Formats: sequence, C-alpha cells, structure tokens
Amino acid sequence: MRGLALHHVSLWIDGHRLLGPLDLAIEPGTVAVLTGPSGSGKSSLLAWLCGTLDPAIRAEGRVTLDGRDIGTLAPEHRRVGILFQDDLLFPHMSVAENLSFGLPAGLRGGGRTARIDEALALAGLAGFGPRDPATLSGGQRARVALLRMLLAEPQALLLDEPFSKLDPALRSRLRSFVFDHARSLGLATLLVTHDPADAREADGPVIDLSGG
Amino acid sequence: MTRAALAARAAGPDAARPARPRSLAWVPALTLGLFLGPIAVGLVGTLLPAFGLLPALGATVPTLQPWRDLAAAPGFATAVRLSAATGLASTLLALAVALSVAACWHGTRWFQALRGLLAPLLAVPHAAFAVGFAFLVAPSGWIARLASPWATGWERPPDLLLVNDPWGLALTLALAAKEVPFLLMMVIAALGQVRADQALTSARCMGYGPVAAWLKTVLPLVWPQIRLPVYAVLAFSLSVVDMALVLGPGTPPTLAVLILRWFNDPDLSLRFQAAAAASVQVALVAAAIGLFRTAEMAVGRLLRGWVVSGRRGGPATGLRVAALAGFGAVAAAAGGALAVLAVWSVAARWRFPDALPADWNLDRWTDALPGLAGPIANTVAAAALSTGIALALVLGCLEHEQRSGRGRPTSRGLWLLYAPLLVPQIGFLFGVQVLLVLVGLDGTWPALVWSHLLFVLPYVFLALADPYRALDERYARSARCMGASPGRVFRTITLPLLARPIAVAAAVGMSVSVAQYLPTVFAGAGRLPTVTTEAVALAGGGDRRALAVVAFVQMLLPLLGFAAALAAGRRR
Repeated sequence: MRGLALHHVSLWIDGHRLLGPLDLAIEPGTVAVLTGPSGSGKSSLLAWLCGTLDPAIRAEGRVTLDGRDIGTLAPEHRRVGILFQDDLLFPHMSVAENLSFGLPAGLRGGGRTARIDEALALAGLAGFGPRDPATLSGGQRARVALLRMLLAEPQALLLDEPFSKLDPALRSRLRSFVFDHARSLGLATLLVTHDPADAREADGPVIDLSGG
Repeated sequence: MTRAALAARAAGPDAARPARPRSLAWVPALTLGLFLGPIAVGLVGTLLPAFGLLPALGATVPTLQPWRDLAAAPGFATAVRLSAATGLASTLLALAVALSVAACWHGTRWFQALRGLLAPLLAVPHAAFAVGFAFLVAPSGWIARLASPWATGWERPPDLLLVNDPWGLALTLALAAKEVPFLLMMVIAALGQVRADQALTSARCMGYGPVAAWLKTVLPLVWPQIRLPVYAVLAFSLSVVDMALVLGPGTPPTLAVLILRWFNDPDLSLRFQAAAAASVQVALVAAAIGLFRTAEMAVGRLLRGWVVSGRRGGPATGLRVAALAGFGAVAAAAGGALAVLAVWSVAARWRFPDALPADWNLDRWTDALPGLAGPIANTVAAAALSTGIALALVLGCLEHEQRSGRGRPTSRGLWLLYAPLLVPQIGFLFGVQVLLVLVGLDGTWPALVWSHLLFVLPYVFLALADPYRALDERYARSARCMGASPGRVFRTITLPLLARPIAVAAAVGMSVSVAQYLPTVFAGAGRLPTVTTEAVALAGGGDRRALAVVAFVQMLLPLLGFAAALAAGRRR
C-alpha cells in the first residue's frame, strides 16, 4: 500500500513487552496520532521507525513505506523524517545553513539559494537567512526545523511532541503550519502527543496506548 | 586566607548560625594559589638563569652567554626539530584515531564496549608502556619472535633500528597510542553535554550517512569542549621525558631529554644553557598551540562549504574498519605491553626466535623485591597523599560552586585548571627546584607530594566535575528543608551519592601520580625513588628481566587502584 504501514509491531525490553502488538496504516497526506502515558513506549516506537532504537530494546513486526520494507534499512535510507520537542537547529550554523543542510546535494549554486529563500518565505522568515538560530523565537525556530526536515524530501514524517513546549496560541498556529505542509506534500505523518487538541486537529486514526 | 574565611572564623561556633551556608570561597582561592603560584615562580626561576642569573651558583650578572652557548651546542637544532615533529605527529595521529572511532562507532554496541576499556588503558603509566612497547617492537622483541623464523626468515635479531630510531617513529607511535584513550574519554564526556544523539538522529533522518552526520553536526559542537585536552596532549607530547628516554633517539635526543641531560651534568655551568633551552621548550609548546589554533580556524573555514553542501556521505565502511583497527592496535599495544613485561619478568632462558621462554623462574622477583619495597612504598604514599589532598580540594571547590549558586566555571577558569598540563614540565620544574633548595624543602615529602598534586588535581577535577554537577540538587534542597545543615547534607547525601565517581576519581588521581617521572626526579632530588624513576633508570641498562619486573610493578599499581575503585563502586 501507499503510505506508512505497521504490521504486528511490538517492542520488548528485558523480556517484557513495552508496546504492541500494533497494526496501523497511515495514508499519504493523513496525520495519525499516538497517545498514551509516559513510559508506554511511544518515543521508542518512533526511534524504531526511523532506525535509531536503543539496542537494549528488541522489536518485532514489519514496517513498510509505500510498500517498501524499511525495518532493516539504515536510518539514512528510510526517507523518514523526524521532529523532536526541541528544534535541534544546529547552533554552529546560520538559519540558511541549517536549511542548506537539509537540501540534497544535487541542487547547486543559484538554485540552492532560491530553494532556501523560498523555504524562508514559507516560514514567514524572509531575510532571516544569515541570522544565528539562537536569536529566533521558539515558534520561528520550530518552523525552520520543520522546513529543514521537509527540504530533505522525506516520504513520511514522525512528530515527537513537537508542540508541547510552546504556549497555547503559538501551539495551534504551528500545528496548522505543520499539518498543512504534511498534507500538501502528501506525507504519511505519525504524531506522538499528550494534548487532546492535537488529536482533534489531526483528523486521522488515533491510537491510545493507555491501558493497552 | 580570604576575608570571608576570616569572618567565618571570627564568628566562631557560638555565633548565631548564619542564614547562608558557610562560605567555602577560600577553597578555590587556595586551590589556584597552590597551583598557579609555584608554576609562575618556577617559570621565572627557569628564565633568570637563562640570562645568567643564578645566585645559588654565584651568578649575579645578567648576560646573554647562555643563549650563545645554546646556539653553539651540538645537536640543539636537531633536538628542537625532533621534538616538534614527534609531538605534532603523535598528537595528530592520536586525534585522528580518537575522532574516527567516535565518528564511526558512536551509538553502537561497540562503542559501549569500548568505553569500558578506556579506564584501564588510561591507567597505564607512560614509562611502563614505553618499556613494554620497546619489548614488543624491538628487533629482538616479541613481535619479531612470534613472526620468526617462519615469516621473516630471521634466525637472530635483525640489525634494524626499530626503537630509538633517529626519526623518532617508535616514540611517535607509542605517544599516539598512549594518548588515544585520554582523547576518546574527553570526546565521550563532551558528547554527553551537547545532545549529540538527537543531532545525529536528525541528520540521519535527513539522509546523512553515520560518519558524515557525526562530522557535520556533532564534531563542531564537541570540538570547543575537547580543545583544551587536545592542547594538553600536544604540550605533553612535545616535552615528554620518560617515554623519550626509553623509545626516542639518543644522539641527539628530543629537546626535553637534552635539557634534562644538561641539568644533570656534573659540569654546573651547563645549567645556564639548560635554562635557556627550557625557555625554548616553553616557547616551542606555545608556538605549537598557536599553530594548532590557527589551523583549526583555517580548517573550519575550509570545511564550512562541505558541511552545508548537502552531500550525504556513504556508509564509510572502510573508515569504520580502519577506526576499529586503530583502536584495536592501541588496546593490543597496552595489553601486549603488560603481557610481555610479565613474561620477561619470569623468563629464565629466552632465546631468539623462540615465541616463549624455554625456562621460567621467579629469581628476578626474589632478587628485586627487597630493593623495590622502598620505591613501592614511596609510590603508594605519594599517590595516596596527593590524591587525598586533590579530592579534598576538588570537592571543596565543587561544593562551593553549588552553595554559591555559581554556574560552571568560565572558559578562563578552565584555562587556569589546565595550566599545569599546558606548560611543559621541564620548563618550570628546574625553577621550582631552585626555589625548593632555597627554602630547604628539596628532596622532602611535602615537595614530592605537592609536585604530584599539580598534575593529579586537574585530572581529579575532570573526573569528578561532571558527576558532581549532574547530581540532582533537589536531594540536597529537600534535606536542607528537613533541617539538615549544609555540612550534614554534604556528608550524608552528597558524598554517599557520589561514592562511585569519587572512587573512580581517586583511581584516576593515583594513576596520574604513579606515572609522574620528571616531578619525582626534580622535587625528590633523587632521595625519594619511586617505581617510575627506578624503571626509567633501569631502562638505560642492559638487564631486561630486572627492568621487566619494575615496569610490570609500575603498570600493576594503577590497575589495582582501578580494580579497587570498581569494587568499591559496585558494593553500594
């Protein structure tokens, strides 16, 4: 199938089951939501999906992206992007350099600069390219982090509570910004959150791990 | 004593308990005083004789004669070149291995396993490692024996200069191998402070290969934190004495060895020339650090375009294998050194090219041990005293930092801490010795312990600072709210929680003390021999078995310390 699909996925730590078995299909352009208490393995599941699971945790099951089995691929070959609670803009690069880091190498010279300027404009940050990321507000940084990830052309997007550190007004604006981009690019998106409002806005399948 | 300390004392036990915890501000001040004062005095005491001023020898008229003598001294220019080449090459090699191991293996099971190897590797003293290294790679060494005659065709040791070679290659390789574990440990400590794992995940999810991701996103964050340790390695490698005596070329030797030779010459007039050369050694280290700093900035600028070019890099399998092989060679060199020393110390007859001795006995041990008892006792006592004092001072400084609510020390504070590691030992120890003679302390225990403390303290601080600062301060705060005094909180909460890091820091401190050669020679004035000075002295002679016994004991002492620290930490 198209999109991101999880088949009978479960995570084990020290012989006891942390999560699962879980089946989930996320169509391109939909946002699925995963909620549950702390320690229910939500972040571990995202780490497994992008290929950076702690070796102490054992995973079972399969994951496919557009029909391709990605469960054993190195993270860089999966085309699964991730955003964390912290924006993780690299502090040793300017805003434009952070975006350039995301862009593939094939695009050079003027085309490269044009794509970066376009991304900055999309984020409402035209002219902010030379700035140090540390001088940006939390919302601005979060938008740059999203666009940096999107410039790397992923086919699926994982969101690890990316809105939880923002104040409510900013949170709802950034949520629409992220969801709109994910939908218009046709990305299968999985959002981990504690916030019921996130789940309402996402408008996709919701999996609740509490009591599971 | 500072004003705050005087005020605290004046207040006395009967005064009302102050609302704020008693100030420990005098501890950092005392620590820095113990530390930097004597180095500054030592540098001046080295510089003055370089210009003909050494009242102890009746020289009171300033002159440039020492510099003219130095310029005319045979071998001086070659010695400077040799020191510069071996120091820079070994530092770059060690840095390359340490960084590629971290870049290639960060986040893998291997990396976890290899972290466990670092502490014992770090504990290996330089002199014993150099002796073991020589026993491994010399023409009649273990490697040649294991490969002969079936692979090499050698029936007798070949006539090759594999150690003490005129280019200092053996010295360069051994120095690099000795410094890789320290650099790697500093990289790992830095990784914990820069959210390296998340940066790596981000980059890899954007399609970057593991090594390219590390080099582009983690290294720029880690580098500022390992810069001072790298400079310390550079300063050490440029001025090392004990390893150069064992493995370096003899005519001419490296600069630091040449200086030591002149200082120890029965002809006292050579001391002026030695002091001038010691000033050159200090300048050489300063110039090398300056060069390194400039090169860092140039490389940083050159690579900027590559970092943001979008090039993803591949799996870098070749580099991963090379990095693992490099670290494997380092671990094998240390393990092989220990093993070959052990075998030689119990070998009765060992003909070339036999892989193992034909006969074994304990004769060398029974011969050597009565004479070694004194040096072993001196070694252990110096290590225990200097480490004990260092622990007390470091804990005082860290507790002060927490009570006064100050953050981490500024980068200037770190430079001060690293000062004894950045100034070449030979550059200030002569001046210190002059001072000690002046006050009648040369060859005494206080002088020996203090000279070890100079080098033990920075390492104890490095080992303890992060665990101390990582301690959740809410434990202490809730204890205070239950009415415990700051002193009681320190004794009953902080110390027990830190038992394991304190045990490790103690083991690190002891291993640093055991390894000290030059400070022991200068401050001990030959009257307080340790296993280290014995090992280096025997290295010049021809008795391999006696040398193996002493070097093995020197290697064993710090390893026992680490084993004890592990046991102490596990019991809790």
